Amino acid sequence: MGNTSTLFKGLKEFFIEIGDLSNFATRFFKEVLKPPFEFKELMRQCYQMGNRSLVLVTITGFIIGLVLTLQSRPTLIQFGAVSWMPNMVGISIVREIGPVITALICAGRIASGIGAELGSMRVTEQIDAMEVSGTNPFKYLVITRIMATTLMIPILVIYGDLVALYGSALVENLKGDVSFQLYFNTVFDALSFSDLVPATIKSFFFGFAIGLVGCFKGYYSKKGTAGVGVAANTAVVMASLLLFVIDFIAVFISDIFYEL
Amino acid sequence: MNFNMTDPNQIITSNETLPRGKAVIEIKDLYKSFGNNHVLNGFNMTLMEGENLVVMGKSGSGKSVMIKCLVGLVKPDRGTVKVLGKEINALDQKTLDELRSDIGFLFQGSALYDSMTVRENLEFPMRRHKEKLGAVTDTEPLVREALENVGLAHTMDLMPVELSGGMKRRVALARTLILKPKVILYDEPTSGLDPITSKEIIELMRSIQKKYGTSSLIITHDVDCARVISERMILLVDGINYAEGTYSQLSQSTDPKVDAFFKK
Ligand SMILES: Nc1ncnc2c1ncn2[C@@H]1O[C@H](COP(=O)(O)OP(=O)(O)OP(=O)(O)O)[C@@H](O)[C@H]1O
Ligand SMILES: [Mg+2]
Repeated sequence: MGNTSTLFKGLKEFFIEIGDLSNFATRFFKEVLKPPFEFKELMRQCYQMGNRSLVLVTITGFIIGLVLTLQSRPTLIQFGAVSWMPNMVGISIVREIGPVITALICAGRIASGIGAELGSMRVTEQIDAMEVSGTNPFKYLVITRIMATTLMIPILVIYGDLVALYGSALVENLKGDVSFQLYFNTVFDALSFSDLVPATIKSFFFGFAIGLVGCFKGYYSKKGTAGVGVAANTAVVMASLLLFVIDFIAVFISDIFYEL
Repeated sequence: MNFNMTDPNQIITSNETLPRGKAVIEIKDLYKSFGNNHVLNGFNMTLMEGENLVVMGKSGSGKSVMIKCLVGLVKPDRGTVKVLGKEINALDQKTLDELRSDIGFLFQGSALYDSMTVRENLEFPMRRHKEKLGAVTDTEPLVREALENVGLAHTMDLMPVELSGGMKRRVALARTLILKPKVILYDEPTSGLDPITSKEIIELMRSIQKKYGTSSLIITHDVDCARVISERMILLVDGINYAEGTYSQLSQSTDPKVDAFFKK
């Protein structure tokens, strides 16, 4: 009995949260095209986000490429298909693993960063101070950050893909005597337009989701220093969940196109 | 410390247009609740031009909520709020922003932007109010002047984290003054500061008020601050203006709720 009511309450809160998040997104679309535009702040955010995530994306991308190749090798050798390695690794990285891993890393790094930053600005009345001094804080803080993640995540994804492929090529080069040039030529031959386009579109949505959730959690952060921690923390959880939902939908849609 | 300011006429330009004895802020019958928490229950207040009015109330009594209604940061449930003759809640965004540039707001915790230097903090209010400053394109002299007013010109290129609490409050005050407001709202200007620094801030507020004749609304629960700075006081109790009068009138009151404020 008690369990049902807590479950019901949890579900209700979940749907209220989804509703608030959609309202926040609606406000973004309403205000994004209205001047004034904060270009300088947008550039600053793009630079900072790229800068802050670059090392992490490099390390994880490299290791993923390396590990994926090392672990697939014995199986492919068993089937005498080791020459298919670039095709297999290339397609799985570009289509799925690259975007998802990079976006998850960025959810941890960027969404939590935005959540904490805006949360502490809310708690210490900096957002109020901004509004009082005639600058629309939603435009200055939220729109610039959501735009920055939407632009930067796809770039980071492409970069992460390349690093992962390099990691994979390194293994093949050392263990299988495949030259880098041959490896990359095979990969690019194997990849078709229909691999790249959906993955890139998906990455834009990932970026949007990361910025949206980080800003939403931070902007409406509860008072008190505890509120900042909660904002950062829930931003990561919610952004990561949303990424998988988007990924599921994206795979579903692109699957329909492959069938055609 | 350096309190001297440059030509006063330059700072307050349009104050002359408001004759003395005119109300700059009028709050009538203000109600505000958050869910079941009825914070303001019919609060009334008038701030006269050139006056130092102190509103005192316990922590959580709704002082910050009240002062935020004055700049449209909080929308009241009922009641009218007139600032410089304009009804705040009836204004469109543009007029509201223009009016806000005539109101200085010193936040309870200073609210300096952490990601910006002191200079950028002071420049920030100017980015949307170029009209008010006329043909000013070089903001440097304005920033320098405002910082000199609070004796902190040397901190121009520091980040807020590098400042002490008292210095932050003074920089925040400089930021409040940079658009030359006609009314200044102080939300607990001395909260979180030691007694000596509090005194410095109070001195600074007095010197600003004296030199420029700005009207000030000071919110506090610090009795010493109220004694030094107030010309008139209002006690905010149970969401209403419970008592009004000068410091000496109120401190001699026998009403237990009033007396509680002045007991040491
Ligand atoms: N945005 C808000 N949402 C919900 N409740 C709020 C909000 N802002 C203020 N309150 C509530 O209103 C009441 C008054 O808060 P307020 O900040 O005005 O107190 P205060 O008099 O300024 O106290 P202090 O001296 O501690 O600053 C508190 O109970 C607070 O919880
Ligand atoms: Mg307060």
